[in-house]
Amino acid sequence: MRICCCVKRVPAPGARINVTADGQAVDVAHLGFTTSPHEECGVEEAVQLTEAHGGEVTVLTLGPPEAAEQLRYAASVGAHHGVLVPTDGSAWDPQRTARALTSAIETLEEAGGPFDLLIFGNESADSGGFQVGVRVAFALGRPIVGGIKGIEIDGTTVRARRQTDAGFEVYEMFMPAAVGVKEGINLPRYPTMRGRLASKRLEVGELAIEAPQGGQSMRRLHRPADVVSETVILGEGPAAASAVVDVLADLGVL
Amino acid sequence: MSELPAKARCVVIGAGIVGNCLVGHLAKLGWRDLVLLDKGPLPNPGGSTGHASNFIFPVDHNKEMCLLGEQSANQYRDLGLSVDSGGVEVARTPERMDEFQRRMTSATAWGIEARLLTPAEVGELVPFVNTDVILGGFYCPTVSVVDSLETGTRMRQLAVDAGCQVFANTEVLDITTTDGPLPGMRTVSAVVTDKGTIRTDYVVIACGVWSNRVANMAGAYIPLVPAVHQMADVGPIDVLAETNNEIGYPIVRDMDTFCYERQSAGSMEVGSYAHRPILHHPDDIPSNEEAALSPTEMPFTPDDFDQQMEEAIELMDMLGDAEIRYAINGLLSLTPDAMPCLGEIPEVRNLWSAAAIWVKEGPGMAQVVAEWMTFGYPRVIDTHGADVARFYPEERSDSHIWARASEHFNKTYGIVHPSEQWESRRNLRVSPYFSRQQGLGAEFFQARTWERPQWFASNADLTERYGLSDRQVEWDNRWWSPITMGEHLNLRENCGLVDLSAFQIFELSGPGAVEYADRLAVNRIDVPVGRAVYTPWLTPDGGFHSDLTMVRTGPEEVRIVTGVFDGGRDEFWARRHMPTDGSVTFRNVTDGITTLGLWGPNAPEVLSALCDHRWGDAPYGSVTPVELRCGDRTISAELFRISYVGDTGWEIYTAWDNGPDLWDALVTAGTDLGLRPTGGGVYGTSGRLEKGYRLMGAELESEYNPLEAGLARPRVKAADFIGKEAYVAAREAGPPEVQMCVLTVEDHSDGHGRKRYMQGGNEPILTADGKRITDSHGRVSRVTSAGPGPSLDRYLLMGYLPRELAGPGTELQVMYMNELFPVRVAGTGPVFDPDDTRLRG
Repeated sequence: MRICCCVKRVPAPGARINVTADGQAVDVAHLGFTTSPHEECGVEEAVQLTEAHGGEVTVLTLGPPEAAEQLRYAASVGAHHGVLVPTDGSAWDPQRTARALTSAIETLEEAGGPFDLLIFGNESADSGGFQVGVRVAFALGRPIVGGIKGIEIDGTTVRARRQTDAGFEVYEMFMPAAVGVKEGINLPRYPTMRGRLASKRLEVGELAIEAPQGGQSMRRLHRPADVVSETVILGEGPAAASAVVDVLADLGVL
Repeated sequence: MSELPAKARCVVIGAGIVGNCLVGHLAKLGWRDLVLLDKGPLPNPGGSTGHASNFIFPVDHNKEMCLLGEQSANQYRDLGLSVDSGGVEVARTPERMDEFQRRMTSATAWGIEARLLTPAEVGELVPFVNTDVILGGFYCPTVSVVDSLETGTRMRQLAVDAGCQVFANTEVLDITTTDGPLPGMRTVSAVVTDKGTIRTDYVVIACGVWSNRVANMAGAYIPLVPAVHQMADVGPIDVLAETNNEIGYPIVRDMDTFCYERQSAGSMEVGSYAHRPILHHPDDIPSNEEAALSPTEMPFTPDDFDQQMEEAIELMDMLGDAEIRYAINGLLSLTPDAMPCLGEIPEVRNLWSAAAIWVKEGPGMAQVVAEWMTFGYPRVIDTHGADVARFYPEERSDSHIWARASEHFNKTYGIVHPSEQWESRRNLRVSPYFSRQQGLGAEFFQARTWERPQWFASNADLTERYGLSDRQVEWDNRWWSPITMGEHLNLRENCGLVDLSAFQIFELSGPGAVEYADRLAVNRIDVPVGRAVYTPWLTPDGGFHSDLTMVRTGPEEVRIVTGVFDGGRDEFWARRHMPTDGSVTFRNVTDGITTLGLWGPNAPEVLSALCDHRWGDAPYGSVTPVELRCGDRTISAELFRISYVGDTGWEIYTAWDNGPDLWDALVTAGTDLGLRPTGGGVYGTSGRLEKGYRLMGAELESEYNPLEAGLARPRVKAADFIGKEAYVAAREAGPPEVQMCVLTVEDHSDGHGRKRYMQGGNEPILTADGKRITDSHGRVSRVTSAGPGPSLDRYLLMGYLPRELAGPGTELQVMYMNELFPVRVAGTGPVFDPDDTRLRG
């Protein structure tokens, strides 16, 4: 089967993300970059599906030239092809991104045939718009379900599972179809050393696509204040007991 | 948490391995009222200690690094926080196999167990090594893996038990100073933090990669730069997991690829010093909050590591299928000369540096600094090479540090010749004769910042005249030329002109100058005006701090002339001990004075063309003002009758700008008298060695005293001086246990029939039956200097020997490149012209 997995280059999690003084961009001075976590799981899922059913995985990204690094990472864990839709480095709004990706997928399908499955991350780790997958699937006229934590292929049918408070919802779609996956669908593998070295040989395809601006524009980035939690040491040993009792009483537990 | 105190005796900034061990050692030495601060949380505040690979390979060619590494390893062992995993260095090239012979020699010198392995023997120890790609191994069973975080915690607790207060999550915002105690000086006064201000007598900066930034707060400078060392943790690997051990296999250092492989439980840490140098400004290191991992675990740049991965897989195929689970651009500290920065910082009194120290040296170097603060100088070993005062102003700039760190980073596992010269940052300081020397094809060696000719290509004809040739083995010939022996023989036969402009020259003046000079020096400086005195300066414990010349230039003036390698340290020592009553003024006059050495039997005749002063007009050791005719002008100069090469002549001092005219006049006058420009190979090595003259930093270190060095005068002067009590006690204790000796090499042939020549790089001196020689202090007999004695047609070595082995004719051996060569003790004095008739006339 042919799978296309769309990924986004985002700042690595764990660090405090600063914004530039003019509030127009993320300050990248101290940042490492990675593949948005849901999409990292998407790549893993795509690779596992091709390992089970045969076929190839094409990873598609839209971003600055450096985003080729994420394509190589995908290749290092088993993806077969990587295609970059280059931007000038500015953040594209979800409509513009979706239009460009739609156009890219159409171009890739013209050349290599239709993709059986499009895999998106449920939302990106940085802007969290929840839009791109749905917009691309709609534009291509394919069914999509989001929030997916399990995928099974059965002939021409894809069975997707979404976790809810009550259990799982199970969707069946005829392929070609699209899914938005979430972390937890699998535990993505790390690249092996050999995988990393093999990924150096990946020929990154480029598709220059101009797409019109969408209706959403970024006004200003704002970093919320740090949440400071203060630690109060109540004492040590039995001597602290009465202070603990007071705290529990204040909380209404007692 | 308790409040920050308003006052402390000493504030140590930085709670990594160094700061923690430092407060522990200070507490052991009786310091109370200590405060330890760190911006980050405990026990891992986020510095380099937190991500260190925590292993210690004990063998190093450098004495300070090796012995302090050993000291550190033993401190970790004493705490029970160390495992002797053993370690194997593997070679992929013949050059590395030669280097292993050299490492065996250093291992013998320092008493560290080691042996060479065949590829098959490497395979027995580390079965997953591909023995097809290696030529052999160098194995040390005492390579250890340590727990640096827990060691820091224990040492910190030791200090806390003695009253030290510890404040984590406390950021230092400023270090304030007050003017004084002398004009132009500043003294540390307080540490300002985000939690309050602590007034304090002492501040120690143990801030690792941030150290220079913190020093800058006080207007001081610690020359170091944060640099990336890449490391990846790959796994899981079954063969490692099956050991059920944090470290079950010896650590492997793949020396020719500049990488190491170190087991960490079920995975392997692959570390590299092979990638491009990646340096950061301390301001560009993220805070704890801004860092995804920790501030010193920066985002991995995989492109820089690919080559190393390929080579690692080549050596250990199993690594190829292991997952890269954790990879960092870890930060560590690099300095311009690859040595640490220890001691009081010259710019600010009572501000100390304990920086550019890695985990492998941490506890030992912390002990050094603690002793230095307590006793006025370290006791554990001499640390002149790590003294933060060693740097000249040109070495205290970002451009210098970055250039040099970039150059030596890839030499971390390199094969570095003892005489190896820097490529970057040359010609920082040149003499007035530089362009003339370039024209003569001078091979310049850089002494710290100063360029000095080592030999002159223009003298190549002398090799033919004296029948000299290259050495047989490239390593022995590297950074050496037989021309230097030709220059030597010509000087002894005719005359040599030596550029000594790199001398560092200071002046003490004022009503207290002579008295103060006497306080610094072992020998009496209160001598008639115009007399010069060659003298040691001692540490408070009576060992050598310096070895130099002091000239009584006036009733209230004393000139200090010292070597370029020690100028920074000697200037600081002289300024640091000055009386605070204003009776003495210090001036560095190096930039204004140039010096030429004119020596050899024809020197008097050469000089006679420039002036009427005659050899013998003034006694040895005198300084005589003269007017010298140089072309169509006359210049003022001073003739100092002294020699470091053992021949008739003078050091001629004149104003810097007079230099070119003086050079030209002497060269013209000497044309028919055999005068040749002569390089440092004669001045610093062959001429010196034939006379048995000791060199600071080689023969003379703080672990040895003037009696042992053979530099004690018959009587002790009445005036007090630094180290006098210890010096007198040593004299009263009877004959010294060891004596500095000159030895001759009796046979240069190695096992392959090649002639080999020792480099003076701490080669061990062994008994006739091959045993190491140590004294009751654990000091080992080793070669401190080596070089040709062309006038004697012998190769000369210097080294300390126990008195019973110091007698002339004693037959011993020297190990060089892991082979033994027979040597014989010549004596404790000069082997050439022992009566000094050529000097004294």
